[in-house]
Amino acid sequence: MEKNERRVVITGMGIWSCLGTTLDEVKDSLYNGYSGIIFAPERKEMGFESGLTAYVKQPELKGLVDRAHRVFMPEEAQYAYMATVDAMKMAKLDAEYMEKHDVGLLYGNDSSADAVVKSVDTMRNKKSTHLVGSGAIFQSMNSTVTMNLGCLFKLRGINMTISAACASGSHAIGLGSLLIKWGLQDCIVCGGAQEVNPFSIGSFDGIGAFSKRENEPAKASRPFDAQRDGLVPGGGAATVIIESYESAMRRGAPIIAEVMGYGFSANGDHISSPNVDGPRKSLLMALDQSGVSKDMIGYINAHATSTHVGDTNEAKAIYSVFGNNMPPVTSTKGQTGHEMWMAGASEVIYSILMMKNNFIAANLNYEYGDEDTGKLNIPSYRLDNHPFDLFLSNSFGFGGTNSTLVIKDWKE
Amino acid sequence: MIKKMVSILASEFEVEEDVITPEANIKETMHLDSLSLVDMVGLVEEEFGVEIKTADLPTIKTFADLYDYVYKNQK
Repeated sequence: MEKNERRVVITGMGIWSCLGTTLDEVKDSLYNGYSGIIFAPERKEMGFESGLTAYVKQPELKGLVDRAHRVFMPEEAQYAYMATVDAMKMAKLDAEYMEKHDVGLLYGNDSSADAVVKSVDTMRNKKSTHLVGSGAIFQSMNSTVTMNLGCLFKLRGINMTISAACASGSHAIGLGSLLIKWGLQDCIVCGGAQEVNPFSIGSFDGIGAFSKRENEPAKASRPFDAQRDGLVPGGGAATVIIESYESAMRRGAPIIAEVMGYGFSANGDHISSPNVDGPRKSLLMALDQSGVSKDMIGYINAHATSTHVGDTNEAKAIYSVFGNNMPPVTSTKGQTGHEMWMAGASEVIYSILMMKNNFIAANLNYEYGDEDTGKLNIPSYRLDNHPFDLFLSNSFGFGGTNSTLVIKDWKE
Repeated sequence: MIKKMVSILASEFEVEEDVITPEANIKETMHLDSLSLVDMVGLVEEEFGVEIKTADLPTIKTFADLYDYVYKNQK
C-alpha cells in the first residue's frame, strides 16, 4: 500500500433514485427538469400534515440475492445493493479482486424504521419475539446497509455506517477520501441510503417541516425560492467508489473524477436550525484542503432543502465566501426532494453527471429569490453548453453537522 | 395439512414443492441455517397454531418428523 497524501479518484457510480435507476436515466431527468415528487394519499390517512413524497421504484431482488439474505435487507439496503452492483461494474471491481484485496465500505445511513415498527407491532399484538422473524434485528439496526453490503460483496476493508443526519452520505465520501489519502485503504465503496416508507419520516412531518403544496407536487420542492414552504422527503441510494490514483491505474479502472478536498464542521448550536458560521467554516475548509482558489469553482451544488431558515442561512454562508464572484448555485432537491442520509452521495453523482455533459440543470421551481437567496447566482433555466470542471457540494444535517466536498473532473 | 405445509414452505423458502418429501432432511432441502430455522418455526406457529419448543427442535429432522409434531400438537 502506498503512503503519504495520495490522490483520491472516483472510479464507479451507481444510483437508485426518484430520477431514475441508471446513470443515463438520471442524467436525462436532470436535463429535462423532471420532478420525482408525488402526492401519496395514504399518508393523509395516517395523519400526515403533508402527503408529498418522492416516488422511488422498489427493486426486485428475487433472483439476484437468495432468500436467506434478502430477509436481512430493509428497503434502503435493497436500494444500496442495486446502486452498488452498478457502481462496481463501472469501476471494474469484481469478486475475485474483492476477495484478494481489502476493499472498504463507508455508507451513510441514519435510520431503519420500518423493521422496528413492524417488530414492535408483532411483539405487542402477538406477545412473541420469535415471530418477528430472523431478519428483523439485521433490518432494524442503523448499520444495516453496511452489514448487508459487506456480507453480500464479501468486503474485507473498513466497514461502518456513517450517521450524520442529512450530511451522512457526504461525510462517508469525505472520511473515505481521508483514509485513502493517508494510505490506510486503497479502495472504498462509499455512498448514502435513505428509506422512503412513511414510518421513517412521520415524526419529521410532525414538526411541520414538509411542504404543504399538495395540489402541485412537482412545484412543492422549491429551494431558495421566496415562496418555499418546506421540504419534501425523498430517498433511494447512491454509491460512489473511491480509490487511490495508483490503485485505479493498477486495476485499469476508469477514472471519472477526483475528490480534491473535504471540509467539515459542527454548529454547536440549535438541533434543527442551522446557522451561518458552521456551514461557512465547512466551505472554507473544503476549499483550503483542495488547494484550489474559490474562483476556480464552476458550480455549487447546494444543500438547500426548500426550508425557510435552512436555505437562507446557506445562502448567507455561500455569499460570505464567494461574494460577487459567484458561480452558478443550484439545489437538485427541487427535482428529488430531500434525499437526507443519501443526499450527500447522490448529489455528488448528480453534479458529476452534469459536469460530464456540460450542463447545469435549472434549480427547479426557483422563480424569485428573497433578500438573501437573491444574492446568489441561481439559474431558473437550464444552462446548456456550460462546461465546468470543478464543483463544490454542500450537505448539512440536524444537530449542526456540516460536510463539503470539492470534486474535479478527470480528463484523460 | 401436509399439502398446505408443503406449499407454504416451498413458497417461503423458494424451493420446488417436489423436493419436499417426507424422508427429506428439512435443513438441507430448504438450505436453512440457524437464522432461517427461526423463520420456519414462526411460519409453522402462524399457519398451524403450533409452537415448536426449542428443546424439541433437534428431534425434528425430516419433513415427516415435522408433520408428526404438528399433528400431535395441534389443538
